[in-house]
Amino acid sequence: MESATFKVWRGDQEGGDFETYDVDLEPGYVVLDAIHKIQAEQATDLACRWNCKAGKCGSCSAEVNGSPRLMCMTRVEDVAGDGPITVEPMRAFPVLKDLVTDVSWNYEVKAAIQQVTPREPDFEDGSWEMNQYDVERPQEFRKCIECFLCQNVCHVLRDHQMHAEFAGPRHFVFAAQAEMNPIDVGDRVAHLRDDMGIGYCNITKCCTTVCPENISITDNAIIPLKERVVDRSYDPLAKLMGAVFGSEKG
Amino acid sequence: MSVYQEFEHDVLVIGAGGAGLRAAIEAAAAGVNVGLVCKSLLGKAHTVMAEGGMAASMGNVDERDGWKTHFADTMRGGQYLNSWRMAELHAKESPVRARELEGWGALFDRTPDGKILQRNFGGHKYPRLAHVGDRTGLEMIRTLQDHGIHQGMDVHMEVTVTRLLKDGERCVGAFGYDREQGRFRIFKAKAVVLATGGLGRAFLVTSNSWEGTGDGHSLGYHAGAELRDMEFIQFHPTGMIWPPSVRGILVTEGVRGEGGILKNNKGERFMFDDIPPLYVDQTADNPEEGWRYVTGDREARRPPELLTRDHVARKIVKEVQEGRGSPHGGAFLDIAWIKEHIKDSEAHIKKKLPSMYHQFKELAGIDITKEQMEVGPTTHYAMGGIAVDPDTQMTTTVPGLFAAGEVGGGLHGANRLGGNSLSDLVVFGQRAGEYAAKFAKDNPDYSVSEEEIKEAAVEALAPLERGVTALNPFQLQLELQTMMQSKVGIAREEEGLTEAVGSIREISGQIADVGAGGNRWYNPGWHTALDMKHLLTVSEAIALSARERKESRGAHSRLDHPDKDMAWSTFNHVVRKGSDGEMVVERQDIPQILPELQAIIEEEG
Ligand SMILES: Cc1cc2nc3c(=O)[nH]c(=O)nc-3n(C[C@H](O)[C@H](O)[C@H](O)COP(=O)(O)OP(=O)(O)OC[C@H]3O[C@@H](n4cnc5c(N)ncnc54)[C@H](O)[C@@H]3O)c2cc1C
Ligand code: SF4
Ligand code: SF4
Ligand code: FES
Repeated sequence: MESATFKVWRGDQEGGDFETYDVDLEPGYVVLDAIHKIQAEQATDLACRWNCKAGKCGSCSAEVNGSPRLMCMTRVEDVAGDGPITVEPMRAFPVLKDLVTDVSWNYEVKAAIQQVTPREPDFEDGSWEMNQYDVERPQEFRKCIECFLCQNVCHVLRDHQMHAEFAGPRHFVFAAQAEMNPIDVGDRVAHLRDDMGIGYCNITKCCTTVCPENISITDNAIIPLKERVVDRSYDPLAKLMGAVFGSEKG
Repeated sequence: MSVYQEFEHDVLVIGAGGAGLRAAIEAAAAGVNVGLVCKSLLGKAHTVMAEGGMAASMGNVDERDGWKTHFADTMRGGQYLNSWRMAELHAKESPVRARELEGWGALFDRTPDGKILQRNFGGHKYPRLAHVGDRTGLEMIRTLQDHGIHQGMDVHMEVTVTRLLKDGERCVGAFGYDREQGRFRIFKAKAVVLATGGLGRAFLVTSNSWEGTGDGHSLGYHAGAELRDMEFIQFHPTGMIWPPSVRGILVTEGVRGEGGILKNNKGERFMFDDIPPLYVDQTADNPEEGWRYVTGDREARRPPELLTRDHVARKIVKEVQEGRGSPHGGAFLDIAWIKEHIKDSEAHIKKKLPSMYHQFKELAGIDITKEQMEVGPTTHYAMGGIAVDPDTQMTTTVPGLFAAGEVGGGLHGANRLGGNSLSDLVVFGQRAGEYAAKFAKDNPDYSVSEEEIKEAAVEALAPLERGVTALNPFQLQLELQTMMQSKVGIAREEEGLTEAVGSIREISGQIADVGAGGNRWYNPGWHTALDMKHLLTVSEAIALSARERKESRGAHSRLDHPDKDMAWSTFNHVVRKGSDGEMVVERQDIPQILPELQAIIEEEG
């Protein structure tokens, strides 16, 4: 394959449309390379975000041929078909310009979640004893690169636009890493239920499918958190104990 | 005319990588008002890409380790051009800074007895790098970010600073624009911390992102700070080289730490060929001993693949030059071979090096558990940087201006050891934050010059006002990078360096003709045009310092002066702006090392 045609969405908050660009390819080209080439040669004001170009920073999220991807990890040859390759911004967030969306809402949601709150250190040097099997579960969630692709496909956010009531899969993953941190004594159950709206998730697993870090978002993060919420909410004794003795964690 | 948004902070931190975040956390803890500015979204800075680990002599895996050994390793790696005081502080404080991260939510991989696991890395005598698989930087930046946002600081994301503001000698803030809409922002501050990271983008093949354009080096320089050791650019030996679209992307040294070996196209392990005298005693002389070392045999010496980066990079180049390179001009890096020793090697590799597995699988179509990788040198890290006081991180010449992290100079001397950057960030980030807060409290009164702000605005708008011109900013950037790669790269000589200085000045002259189309909203062409000034400033500093150093030492190799010369070991090069605006390079004597530290170097051998 020596060249390919791209239809890239150009526009801003007022609206926009696809523009067509022909790009000469080099071996191994990813979609982000093509966007950069368009930027350097045809449209210097074409806006996109990127940093690492290796799937590590989660900056370059977009929709390629309609599916949410990291542009830097999407080989052109894998998405090329008969027609042009379309590249457009994530649709669950307001567009700023071209491929750049306003993802600031995610930062606000995260700031409202209780951070890891450690118990007293186990040793005098301020450290804790933790075993590999204890950290493995939360380590899976800490692989998250905050690409927000899961947020982008979740129907609660994308179709129902329930950003005010629902924190979205990324933040359940975030809450899960804190809840399952072996030294954490924080308690996020009420927040998960009342403010993060975990009950709205109906386990469609679309988020898990798109996660570039292969985090089992639904099975390993959301479902266990839902169980914590249910256990707490429907067990009056646990609730009472929780109120009397502080947090109780599983 | 322009409208400005104005902000006032006690301490302004420019940069939100590991160093900037750590500085901001410390300053906030001191009770002052903190602003944190970064060019990308929060959590996306370069630090996120760090892979292998963070050096701290906790002695969890080998209790013989301690700060003294770490100090001696760092000095040897830096060929004794380091600031010995910084190397001492760094070695002493990194264990505390590493452990502290766990209290903020970090989860490092564990030893069997439940402590932080440490891995082998080049130039470190004992297994020393705290890590999480090969995504240690992500763990570090996320931890600092998630802790930082609860410490009461104002974060200004996607804002680029283009100039520092001065009140006489003192730095009192910064001028910049928000990338989103191109609106100007003025930050007034009692103290400013530069934590802007590196400058790899001055070269064509680099592991650095678009952010690494040397902004902080240049902002500091133009505000009167001194740059030191700028000739020392680390070319990491193992970058990806094929396919072309991934050229330069890093392959972590962790691959070699886990037993990966380098081979030429004859299948020879060429690293055994010539081992530098400083390291002969510490290096294995046969493959079997090397393997024992990486699997934890305390009596074994490290395999030659784990020699310092400067040496490994040069060896690869030599193999290629002498016709023994891999098909795309590099060497083979093989981790799959460990199946000879380890039963379930596939699962082991995926567990220890998950992102390398993923990176090669997705981007090069190579399964590293079965096939060898092709690698070659990539521009990675700037040892040189802003000259600071080793204890406070305040710049030597501009009161109120501090620098920490990769933008700072001194710790690494002529060559940085892997893993010593992540520890550098938190050790000196913490110090910069502490002393910047103190400076702000002690020096409350200052004023900002309206004149200077106007000047900064005019300068920032110029490329946009020119509109589309014949000179496209991306082309000019490419021209500079290509030139730097060929003339100021891994092998240098007088003539090429002189030509490089000429080209840099020529390109500088063209800046006034670079134009950018479009409007002020999120406009990469405009942003790239503005970055050129920084790229040119650091390129000139590198080329001039490299031309002055007529010997080969650490990361700096001169074809016309191939040997190390002891006469050059007593001073550092310092670059500053002369009174006529020209860049000047001077020699600055290295302060006499304390006898007790000298004794440690001698004892540790
Ligand atoms: C792929 C890779 C792997 C690495 N692996 C390791 C490793 O395993 N161990 C190790 O010790 N080191 C490693 N390093 C080196 C290490 O990651 C970096 O040196 C370190 O992260 C730099 O951190 P920093 O805080 O100084 O700056 P950075 O993390 O680079 O952050 C710079 C910040 O400054 C901001 N900034 C820059 N210019 C401006 C401006 N003009 N206005 C406003 N903001 C600005 C940026 O937006 C960013 O927020 C690696 C580097 C790379 C590239
Ligand atoms: S599983 Fe839940 S969070 Fe994930 S996409 Fe479906 S509804 Fe959204
Ligand atoms: S959970 Fe996965 S998809 Fe969601 S933001 Fe994190 S890395 Fe991206
Ligand atoms: S650029 Fe970092 S994930 Fe794509």
